[in-house]
Amino acid sequence: MTARNDIVDVLIVGSGASGAAVAWSLAETKMKILCLEQGDWMNNAHFPTHGRDWEARRFSDFDISPNRRGRETDYPINDADSPMKIANFNGVGGGTILYTAHFPRMHPSDFRVRTLDGVADDWPINYATLEPFFAENDRIMGVSGLAGDPAYPPSRNPPMPPLPLGKTGTLYARTMNRLGWHWWPSDSTVATADYDGRAKCINLGHCTPGCAQGAKASTDITYWPLALRAGVELRTRCRVREITTNEHGMAAGAIYYDADGIEHFQPAEVVILACNGIGTPRLLLNSASSRFPNGLANSSGLIGKNLMLHPWPQVRGYVEDEIDGGRGPMNVIWSKQFYETDPSRDFVRGYTLQFARGTGPANEAITSAAAGQLPWGKDHHHVYRRRLNHRLHIGIACEDLPEEHNRVTLDPVLKDSHGIPAPRIDYTISENTRRMMEHGIARARDILTAAGAADLYEQRNPLNSPGHLLGTARMGSNPEQSVVNAWGRSHDVKNLFIVDGSIWVTSGGVNPTSTIQALALYVADSMKQRLATLFD
Amino acid sequence: MPDASPSGLTQAQVQDLCRIADVMIPASTEYAVPSAGDDTIIADILRTLGRDLADVRTALTELASLSGGAFSAVDDTRREAVAATFLASRTPALVTLGRVVLQCYYRDDRVMRSLGLEPRPPFPLGHTLEQGDWSLLDPVRTRTKMWRDAP
Repeated sequence: MTARNDIVDVLIVGSGASGAAVAWSLAETKMKILCLEQGDWMNNAHFPTHGRDWEARRFSDFDISPNRRGRETDYPINDADSPMKIANFNGVGGGTILYTAHFPRMHPSDFRVRTLDGVADDWPINYATLEPFFAENDRIMGVSGLAGDPAYPPSRNPPMPPLPLGKTGTLYARTMNRLGWHWWPSDSTVATADYDGRAKCINLGHCTPGCAQGAKASTDITYWPLALRAGVELRTRCRVREITTNEHGMAAGAIYYDADGIEHFQPAEVVILACNGIGTPRLLLNSASSRFPNGLANSSGLIGKNLMLHPWPQVRGYVEDEIDGGRGPMNVIWSKQFYETDPSRDFVRGYTLQFARGTGPANEAITSAAAGQLPWGKDHHHVYRRRLNHRLHIGIACEDLPEEHNRVTLDPVLKDSHGIPAPRIDYTISENTRRMMEHGIARARDILTAAGAADLYEQRNPLNSPGHLLGTARMGSNPEQSVVNAWGRSHDVKNLFIVDGSIWVTSGGVNPTSTIQALALYVADSMKQRLATLFD
Repeated sequence: MPDASPSGLTQAQVQDLCRIADVMIPASTEYAVPSAGDDTIIADILRTLGRDLADVRTALTELASLSGGAFSAVDDTRREAVAATFLASRTPALVTLGRVVLQCYYRDDRVMRSLGLEPRPPFPLGHTLEQGDWSLLDPVRTRTKMWRDAP
């Protein structure tokens, strides 16, 4: 027995980075808007930094892998055939609950990789298209940073001052100046001032698994309060099984299970998917029907293909003097010295270097032991004391180019707690990316050595991989080579839109949240401009 | 000896856990810290095994297998060799056991104080972070544009 709900004008599936942004933007139309979210509202009082077990919870209920985290609200992912493991979070705010708050934008060249570098494809839009939406998103999310970075066009102007350099950032900056390489304070959604109801950062130093202070922007405390006040309805613990279609080949609504496992049909005039680069192709493939036997909106055959995960090697080392350790936000500075293509290198495209502070006492021990650098036995104590609060750490955010064999499909066996087929990931790292990774690792070693660090250690596929899920329902002008058009509407189903990282054509070498949200605002704006002709 | 019953480990496994934890992180008079086999720390481990129970059981089974019985019953002369072989194995289960020991050891009040850290969670007091030297940005500000034009 399926309960049938009242029809809404717009149904959004997913309340994370993009779902929240599109809900807020569309609210001014006064349409009846409903968002279905499979997770719960989060409560700052339950975030790990409230307790003495704050570091251990990174490996339990706040693990970035849904497979290990295993909350009732999570779904399993078969990522056994991928060297990079999938990270996500299911709850109001989605991945913004469990991200480091690093907030770089894509660069202008990222939208023109075919034209500039002869690889992959150009996007059907460019940086200038998104510029006003980047600015609007910076204002609502509340970005800390500094205008004037020579690596970006000059319009970038974060509304709050940058995070402190601290001892660690000062050491990085001095080293980069000595090498003559670019650096700039990182854009971050950690508030450096009281901002729009959020208290400023007090340096809890454990930003990723939720901020107890509420200084880190997540959409449950930024976009959603605004959208709810404007009349949007957000329904939690609703897991969508499939999008249904009518006899005209249009989306009719969604079938979902509520918290009690009761099946509902939610009819809608417009459906917007915001379930991330894994969840969206999973839902579309699970929505196969006699009208759409290969999955909904999949006439191109590209649903789930071209998955990009951002390989992210890390290099760390230890200096003599005590520095910040984990007593502040991880975000410090970035370098774009190696971001743009350089024909003298043996790879195209490039990467961002992300310079981080250290980590907490338990995690320092755990990661040092895992690296084989912290002995057991009588030498343990004095080795450990040379490491805690002495760590430098550089992440290398490599651009991941699209390849069709990197893909999301439905696992033939694995299912979630409602019996819905789970996603399966098949992914390999390309040769171009491998060369880029080695180049980045070598430069990071150069920097750490120049900073006086010893005991260097590098990880090519760190366990805590970034969780950037991109490219599996790409945008484009040609329906044979893309899933959605230049403003996020399905080529096949004209009342179906996608706004999450699935629609990315290429990945850039940056954390994607800023650009995902700017894109969602742009799609919402495009819809508002075309309300009278939305389905033409 | 902490009570094993709520942890999911047998009493013999708890005894082996105490002994191997003693070897992993021994007590130090120099730093005034207990060993990881200290009763309070073991009790914390047992109370919080959670998702790690299966791996810890596996690791302790591997240890017992190497010992030819209970590790805690092995005589002093052989115990060191068995422990060395076990800790060098780096099996996934041992990595988990190591993490479980470390995450409880490095939140113990006595260990925190020895490291010069306050035994408290980060919230609500947080930490102080100095601004650092922003004059270092001056030469970067003078660089020419680095982005590529891409209409």
